Amino acid sequence: MSDVVEKTLTALPSLLSLDSQPGSAKLSSTSKLGNLIRGITELTSKHEEEKLIQRELTSIKDQVSSPNTSMRQMKELMVRAIYCEMLGYEASFSYIHAIKLAQQGSVLDKRVGYLAVSLFLNESHELLLLLVNTVLKDLQSTNLIEVCMALTVVSQMFPKDMIPAILPLVEDKLNHPKEIIRRKAVLALYKFYLIAPNQVQHIHNKFRKALCDKDPGVMTASLHIYLQLIKENSEGYKDLTASFVTILKQVVGGKLPMDFNYHSVPAPWLQIQLLRILSLLGKNDQSTSEIMYEVLDESLRRAEMNHNITYAILYECVKCIYTIQPKSELLEKAAKCIGNFVLSPKINLKYLGLKALTYVVQQDPKLALQHQMTIIECLDHPDLIIKRETLELLFRITNGQNVTVIVEKMLDFLRISKDDYTTIDLVGKVAELAEKYPFETMNTVFSLGGDMMQPDIPNSFLKLLSEGFDSDEEDRKLRLFAVDSYVSLLQSEPNKLPQRFLQVISWVLGEYSHLSAELEPATVMTLLSKLLDLKHTSSETKSWVLMAMTKLCEGGVAISVAQDIYETHSSSMDTVLRQRAQELQHLSQDSELRGRVLPRDAGLMPLEVDSSLSFLDGFVSEALAAGAAPYKPPHQRQEELAQAKALSLEPYSLSLPISMSSCSIADRQSPTLMSMSSGLSGDSTDLSHKGGSTTLKLDGVKRVWGREGYLAQREPVEETAQVEVPSPLRSPSQQAEADSTQSQTPTPTVTPELEQDKQQLASSLFVGLGSQSSVCLMGKSDPTPQRFRRKAQGRASSSGASEKTPTSLGSTPSPVDNLLCNSLLDSNLVSEPTNQTPQASQSLDTTNGNCHEELTDVKENNPSLIHNNEEPDKPKDLCLSSHLPTELSGLSHSEITPLCSNQSVNLSACHVQKEDSLQLVIFIFNSSDSALQQMQLQVDSGELKVNYCLSLITDSPVEEVRSHSVAVCHYSVTVKRPSVHVEVLGMLSYQLPGGTPQTIQFSHKLPLTTFIRPLTLSTEEYGSMWLAFSQDTKQNLTLINDDQDPLTTTLNVLKKKLQLHVVEIIGVEGIVACQLVQDQPCLMHCRVHAGTLAVWLRSPVPDLPDCLLYHCQRALQEH
Amino acid sequence: MIKAILIFNNHGKPRLSKFYEHYTEDTEQQIIRETFHLVSKRDENVCNFLEGGMLIGGSDYKLIYRHYATLYFVFCVDSSESELGILDLIQVFVETLDKCFENVCELDLIFHVDKVHNILAEMVMGGMVLETNMNEIITQVDAQNKMEKSEVNQDLTYSLFYLPV
Repeated sequence: MSDVVEKTLTALPSLLSLDSQPGSAKLSSTSKLGNLIRGITELTSKHEEEKLIQRELTSIKDQVSSPNTSMRQMKELMVRAIYCEMLGYEASFSYIHAIKLAQQGSVLDKRVGYLAVSLFLNESHELLLLLVNTVLKDLQSTNLIEVCMALTVVSQMFPKDMIPAILPLVEDKLNHPKEIIRRKAVLALYKFYLIAPNQVQHIHNKFRKALCDKDPGVMTASLHIYLQLIKENSEGYKDLTASFVTILKQVVGGKLPMDFNYHSVPAPWLQIQLLRILSLLGKNDQSTSEIMYEVLDESLRRAEMNHNITYAILYECVKCIYTIQPKSELLEKAAKCIGNFVLSPKINLKYLGLKALTYVVQQDPKLALQHQMTIIECLDHPDLIIKRETLELLFRITNGQNVTVIVEKMLDFLRISKDDYTTIDLVGKVAELAEKYPFETMNTVFSLGGDMMQPDIPNSFLKLLSEGFDSDEEDRKLRLFAVDSYVSLLQSEPNKLPQRFLQVISWVLGEYSHLSAELEPATVMTLLSKLLDLKHTSSETKSWVLMAMTKLCEGGVAISVAQDIYETHSSSMDTVLRQRAQELQHLSQDSELRGRVLPRDAGLMPLEVDSSLSFLDGFVSEALAAGAAPYKPPHQRQEELAQAKALSLEPYSLSLPISMSSCSIADRQSPTLMSMSSGLSGDSTDLSHKGGSTTLKLDGVKRVWGREGYLAQREPVEETAQVEVPSPLRSPSQQAEADSTQSQTPTPTVTPELEQDKQQLASSLFVGLGSQSSVCLMGKSDPTPQRFRRKAQGRASSSGASEKTPTSLGSTPSPVDNLLCNSLLDSNLVSEPTNQTPQASQSLDTTNGNCHEELTDVKENNPSLIHNNEEPDKPKDLCLSSHLPTELSGLSHSEITPLCSNQSVNLSACHVQKEDSLQLVIFIFNSSDSALQQMQLQVDSGELKVNYCLSLITDSPVEEVRSHSVAVCHYSVTVKRPSVHVEVLGMLSYQLPGGTPQTIQFSHKLPLTTFIRPLTLSTEEYGSMWLAFSQDTKQNLTLINDDQDPLTTTLNVLKKKLQLHVVEIIGVEGIVACQLVQDQPCLMHCRVHAGTLAVWLRSPVPDLPDCLLYHCQRALQEH
Repeated sequence: MIKAILIFNNHGKPRLSKFYEHYTEDTEQQIIRETFHLVSKRDENVCNFLEGGMLIGGSDYKLIYRHYATLYFVFCVDSSESELGILDLIQVFVETLDKCFENVCELDLIFHVDKVHNILAEMVMGGMVLETNMNEIITQVDAQNKMEKSEVNQDLTYSLFYLPV
């Protein structure tokens, strides 16, 4: 049958285009609806459709209000109005006419009238009151069709207040001789029950009568009511259980007339309904459940034909069996049934199988174990719905042991999901898991998110941990658990963990490892000291580790460990580390002092932060009296330097970046903070204020009296320093980052390996579900360390796999990269051989002296080259720019700067600013007479993420640049770590025919400004973002004073030069926003104060405010 | 309970929309668009169930759909309906349409919106499944059609009566 339908529907397009065909002849081609529809199908744009429909509606409006329109015409008009409304155009003028049609028309007109009313109006529409009388009249009509129509419209929508008016009439219909009327009356009453339950209280007896009606149709209709009633209160209807069971028995036994069969299954929908009712009744009720065991068994047995609808019955049956009080025999059958669903090749059944599993898995986790391989397969199913259902199932079986893997899977799915609803749902689930298993989940998040994570996340996690939850006992357990799990993590493979995670671990161990009775401080010390020896541990992490050790050093062994550490680190190049090592040394010697400086559980006590540093007053006045120079904040010093130009030697004039690289953060930040905090700190959040002032204090202490004698006073400093937002120095961390990305890359798809992967995944997903499963897993005596060990193994295997392909993200390009790179190089757009015009060489001269020399060398040594290729004078720049990749050619590019050159090649570069990235283009000009071969260009940068872009059409053999032609490489770069100038290092290796391989190296600097883009947002958005960001810097800048409104002028200069977005200016204050490409925002608050511009920058990205400040300063100076 | 029944073609043009719960006109159009968007990007060999669009009511609701040549038939239902049951109900609906229109096609749905609604009203009433037996539905619809014919004839005699001879 459906074949026929499909065939017919396929033939449709031809019908639509040719109305002369017989098929459409029956469709009253001359009717006005026909004309309208034909008009619409011919239209191309939404706008035209709108116009046409508006015209149509106007004409309908004219006609309906004309007194000469007959009921028949009115009927036709209504159909047209229905059509327009369906397309989304309002035809409210026709509502009243629809009601009129229902009131006054003949039966047939009435039907259209009622239909229009039920489509146009809703139950709260005021016009509906006009319909009540009509409905009353029709309910009393002798014409069955009229009664039916009235009941239908009543069940679609009826004003709640008017129900009493028609209730008696509808009730009467329950006794109507025609079953169709009785049936509709039952449904209408059900609707009344839903809208106004108390109105139909008195007729519950009549529902019972309907249930016992001799017509199965009426009985079926009454089940709607009972399903609802039992859902609300199953206790009140237990007595009906036997009746429902009897009915089901009769239906299953085929006692109903053949008419009720559907694909030779007796009344399937009725069975489904009954099974649902039974499951509600039997839930948590042994005696009721016992009544239905037999019929359930019978249903399962009978429903074995392979039609879709029998599966529907089976599914309900299984659900029912698992809902009511269990009976092992039935459960066994039901489990087998679920297996059939899950294993079915039919995707709909698989879906329901997963749903059933999700439903039963809490009672019977073993069932999930049986099907674990199928579940793993479903996790990779192309159908997202199946995938989501699988995650839902996994969510249900989450326990302490598999939560990491499951959260990982969910996060994976989140990354690909584009559907809002799914995202919200899943995020909620992840959050729920995070609540239930805070450590496991956060461990996953830390390990996965690694160093890309916003620094706020670990901070707030630690804050949560130290502030604790409701009960002390819970807190203790939680912390103890954290300590245990972290110790076992460190015992396994600490070198795989991201830096931020290590920092969290050190803090927790330092603070709470005393909670664990069997854990010796010395053990922890040794574990931590191992971290210090790891190659990739950043100095920031090291200082966290040292701080933790300072808190721990107690007892003989610990002190000797501390002594060792002190010896190795007291000569460290890093001042911060050196200081920490000193502290460690001193405090480990003097336990009394340590007790005072670092009291246990100090984190719980609110800290009094004296941001004015008044306790130093005595010292300062003493120092001043002794002849010390008064303190000046750096910006003041800088200004003085800037003003005293004579003294300011060129490299120091822009002192900020220099101080940044040479000093520790502490030195850089604290004075500015101090100078500004009085005026501006009011609007900062608690957290940032705390963070800010801690840094401040710590540094103040160190700066002014970093002598041992004052250590006793540093008590508050040390405690809060633990929450300090640490320094951003972390070049080694990049390696860790690379590691973590590597471990995320999927393992190669070799079948046996894949199978193994699945097994492994299965074992990690289903761990802890069944006690005696053979597949699962590594025992269960000591879950915590195992979880981590297992995880580490997974990592090891995947990183092992990626090791097999020797090239990865590192500097050696992978085969793929090579391929891309080569094809780029070979693109070799044969240009007109470039000649060295004076202009070009001059430009080279100005920018790169070396280059110039070499170029002239080339000229002198090889004059023929240039003369041979005499061309009309064309600057090289222009010439090269013609080689820009096509997608960039339309955009404005920067000046093409030479990078380096030798006898045979000239390299130059330019960049193009795109909205979401910076495109770096490198031109390789072969100035020799022979082709360059086996050419490879590698570009790398510490601060940048460099992506190869395939951009050019290749028209020459691989890895070759012909003589006197240009190859172009095109990269898309984004900033990984902000710095004032980001540097790209590159190396080109090539071979001349018959020659030895040669390499040429170059570096190219890009100012950070090339990555800055305006960030358009509203003041409200600005406000909420401002509070969320943790990295901040303050500074005074010079104000451009040539106008009556210096603020606006200054901001406009910044806007023009740095592409900042000025959000709003009010009075003497202005707010400005920008972003580093790829969504790294930076906000700037400016305020005119005492003739200078006090700026305060905030961003989630470390270093970004400082770098931006530098460029602002520079831009204003240049102005 | 069934919340809405939507029919639209492969291009998202609505051919029938019936809501059993009140939404504003704009929301209805949005639901149609969103549903089309969700349904149309699904392959042929994936399952016929979709969970929760935001508009129509969240996690408790499902879209159950079937695709016939140029038309999508979508039922939006809550958790009290059986998925496979509704899937077969759609089949019953389409088969009934096919019988009533003698090889139904998209044009029939366009030009006889009122008839399609009447057929639907015999199957689903106020969001509840009323009748699943195709023959029974057709009997009801036929009874009404007979009435229509007789009325048309009456109409003719009526007008003939007044025609000037």
